[in-house]
Amino acid sequence: MGKMRFGLALAALMLAGSVASAAEVKLAYVGEISGSLAVSGGNFRDGIILAVEEINARGGIMGEKIALSQLDTQTNPGVARSQMQKAIDSDPYAVLGPIFSGNVKATMPLLKQAEIPHFVGGEAGELTSLGDNYLFRTSFGQQIGMPKIANFIRDEIKAKTIALIWVNNDFGKGGRDNLMKEMAARGIKIIADVSTESGQVDFAADVVKLKAANADAVFVYSNEEECARIMREARKQGLKGPFIGDTTLLSQKTIELAGDAANGVMGHVGLTADAPIPAVTEFTARFQKRFNYKPDHNGLKGYTAVYAIKYVTENKLKKFDRKALAQAFHGLTITPKDEPNILIETTWDDKGEIDRISFLAEVVNGQQKITKILPKLAK
Amino acid sequence: MLADILQLLVAGLATGAIYALVAIGFTLLWQTSQTINFAQGEFVMLPAFFILIARGHFGLSFWPAVAVAAVVSVVVLGLLFKWLMVDPMIRHGVLPLVIATIGLAILMKEAVREFYGAEAQPFPPLAVDANVTVLGASFSLQSLVVLAISIAAVVALQLFLARTRTGRCMQATAQNPTVARLLGIPVERMILYTFVINAALVTLASVLITPIYLAKFTNGEWLGLYAFIAAIVGGFNQVRGAIVGGLLLGIVDNFAAAYISSQYRLALPLLILILVILFRPQGLLGRIEERTV
Repeated sequence: MGKMRFGLALAALMLAGSVASAAEVKLAYVGEISGSLAVSGGNFRDGIILAVEEINARGGIMGEKIALSQLDTQTNPGVARSQMQKAIDSDPYAVLGPIFSGNVKATMPLLKQAEIPHFVGGEAGELTSLGDNYLFRTSFGQQIGMPKIANFIRDEIKAKTIALIWVNNDFGKGGRDNLMKEMAARGIKIIADVSTESGQVDFAADVVKLKAANADAVFVYSNEEECARIMREARKQGLKGPFIGDTTLLSQKTIELAGDAANGVMGHVGLTADAPIPAVTEFTARFQKRFNYKPDHNGLKGYTAVYAIKYVTENKLKKFDRKALAQAFHGLTITPKDEPNILIETTWDDKGEIDRISFLAEVVNGQQKITKILPKLAK
Repeated sequence: MLADILQLLVAGLATGAIYALVAIGFTLLWQTSQTINFAQGEFVMLPAFFILIARGHFGLSFWPAVAVAAVVSVVVLGLLFKWLMVDPMIRHGVLPLVIATIGLAILMKEAVREFYGAEAQPFPPLAVDANVTVLGASFSLQSLVVLAISIAAVVALQLFLARTRTGRCMQATAQNPTVARLLGIPVERMILYTFVINAALVTLASVLITPIYLAKFTNGEWLGLYAFIAAIVGGFNQVRGAIVGGLLLGIVDNFAAAYISSQYRLALPLLILILVILFRPQGLLGRIEERTV
């Protein structure tokens, strides 16, 4: 009996050992799970989780299951750096995140030095001009999105003057600078330039300044929670608009938080769960079933990034090689025919900048309604 | 220009009135039991989540959910706070209790983050999005409702303290517990009442401010700090000082954001705090012969 027990224990130990040593590919999510950008970071993370679960259920990447680690930057660049170092120490194949441009800027030198490809959610224009060959966007940089919005303001809204409210962080500053440039090029004047703080909760004074400007349109450029608070305060004070913005102003979370106050806002969205594309609709349904909420663009960003890594590794490299992975992404186009879960044809240029079709949208009755599909810039 | 100033003034008064409600709680607890509650901001954050739970998990409509949250807040933030934290800690002095309340604030914040998530949650507004125009300035109905409810609460509290037997007993307890006890006032019960009143005030503040802030676990951070500054600026030993301090801070905050910069909006209240501590340490309305902070 004693020998049998010993034998069983030994077998269990060997089995455990074989499980522990089973080949797996490590991905690390280093992102904003808490702090002022938790909404975006949470969506991005859940998109990653969904993709990882689907891929693992089908056998992983080249037969190796994905082991995903999650590290919270707390939307704080100092914390982001230490968490990124922790992620690098675990020797991941690729890093996903951060979302907050300030955190991307703070952590990208570490990843560049470690030669680890990283797929970021940050949209600040300068990120792809800092010479990091391992950085790849998952959504448009501001220098790509702003010209599209500027054309929309000139051609559709026909505004001559704009009152701008923006968040004073890397994301907001980049957006403001790009918008200023594009507006000047089109002869549209910014007559109010209202800077706000990340995490700000009371926008009463800021909205008074916007009202006083009496501009043809109000441009709101901030993160989701702040966008929602701004819209609530704007409606509360009877600011008429029209309200224009980029993806965050029209995101699902902003709409949910702002309630009726979000109705009528218009703008450009790079990615959206409401895109009239069957693959996106199916993704949205799967995401909602898994997490019980509707994803915003960040959910799509995280999801498609994992599938892009899978596609390149299996079809271009046929091996796990971080340096080769980064090289393969430069100048790469993945179509839904190549990899159905890339959802929309996507191209990365030699700087890691991304190009896709994008959308003009309006919030109607608490839902984002796509009004126009804009082609890829390269087309 | 005048319209802008009037709008900022009303918006500032509405925010300041909420600061005042929270600051009153600070002063009441200090006067009766020498409790400085650094979890006061989190005390305002929590009732909003009680309301969301009552609505989301028990299917109650808004006002019944508010009533349930008020009862739970009185029990948890009033009675249990006093019995489980203040009573055992105050015997060791004010400082250990202060440190304990800082720990409590962290615990409450992280608990909400753990159980309800880090994302902000939508919270229904108290009034419809409508405007009232006076002298060319349009004021939001919501701000006016917030201001009116806050003023009504403060007036009711003042009347309670000044015109009722219990209120006068509470004041006597605040001024001199030893003499109050000699006069036959049930001092312990009066102290308990202040904790209950504080819980009711923070619940009201929560209902008023969460439609603006949205329900989020971090909401208490700034609110607690602003209310604490308001209480010191107004006079930590005077309820009316807390009211003046709160209103002053709300107005200064709004005007600073509009005419100086959003980045420096917190700097100005801190500057006022420093000036008050340097030149009038008892606060604007505080009495020098009484305890000062």
